[in-house]
Amino acid sequence: MRIGVVTFPGSLDDRDAQRAVRLAGAEPVALWHGDHDLQGVDAIVLPGGFSYGDYLRCGAIAAVSPIMTEVVSAANSGMPVLGICNGFQILVEAHLLPGGLIRNDHGDFICRDQRLRVENTSTDWTNGFTAGQEITIPLKNGEGGFIADAETIARLEGEGRVVFRYLDVNPNGSIDDIAGITNERGNVVGLMPHPEHATEPGFGPDTPAAMRSGVDGLTFFTSAISALVSR
Amino acid sequence: MPTIVVEVMPKAELLDPQGKAVAGALARLGKSEFTGVRIGKRFELTVDGPVDEALLAEVREIAEDLLANTVIEDVVSVHQADVETVAAGETH
Repeated sequence: MRIGVVTFPGSLDDRDAQRAVRLAGAEPVALWHGDHDLQGVDAIVLPGGFSYGDYLRCGAIAAVSPIMTEVVSAANSGMPVLGICNGFQILVEAHLLPGGLIRNDHGDFICRDQRLRVENTSTDWTNGFTAGQEITIPLKNGEGGFIADAETIARLEGEGRVVFRYLDVNPNGSIDDIAGITNERGNVVGLMPHPEHATEPGFGPDTPAAMRSGVDGLTFFTSAISALVSR
Repeated sequence: MPTIVVEVMPKAELLDPQGKAVAGALARLGKSEFTGVRIGKRFELTVDGPVDEALLAEVREIAEDLLANTVIEDVVSVHQADVETVAAGETH
């Protein structure tokens, strides 16, 4: 199983995402924004960072970079695609997911271990969770406020396409505490928090069991592998 | 050089944290007559040839597709600027 991770100019978490893919049991494949080649991967991760320095809008320039032609076409054919943080912003700018992400309502960059509730366990990236499961993964962003018009929000809520919701605090002013969403088909998922930073004991969030032992993010990647295996 | 100006503003119903921060700074400076500030963007697209209606139509399309994200922003103006106003950094 090969999972591609796209590196854009300004990507930060591409190597972490590659490592998470490997820890989950798949082969990570480095993809380059300037290519028109997905190298035959089975799934794609758009990692976090500040592609193109967040110029114009977060993710806006990356969304029209060469490889996105192939990513959009693969996503529309059902390939699992995960957008993390800046990757989520790229997915909305590429119109693979609805809504938009704006500056945090409090105006500050935020970095914390964030509790989330998994609201949809039928997507390609969440099938390994149990319904309503509460997980903790890092969150770090300045522009993570999810917004959409009332009609879009009603549709997302009505169709169960809100995949993750913030617990304890709403860290950025997102409507309905929305942390992540999916497309109709459930193969494209975007979220602001970072599952790839919670995949390895010793480097994840603290848990009641031990410091830095949280590996809740690993299930994202094992879910994608399961989804691909069962096809 | 002919210049086409595109102006983009965050949608009115959305919180504009940057504008809010500037409004807060104005209040701290004692400029209490201003009740709000919103921050938008101005793009200046230069061309070699003449600006005609077809080109303006193309810019309107580019504005909606790339320069603005119409989920969170509105294109409020697409117009040709004359050299003087561009050089002076002023809008019409």
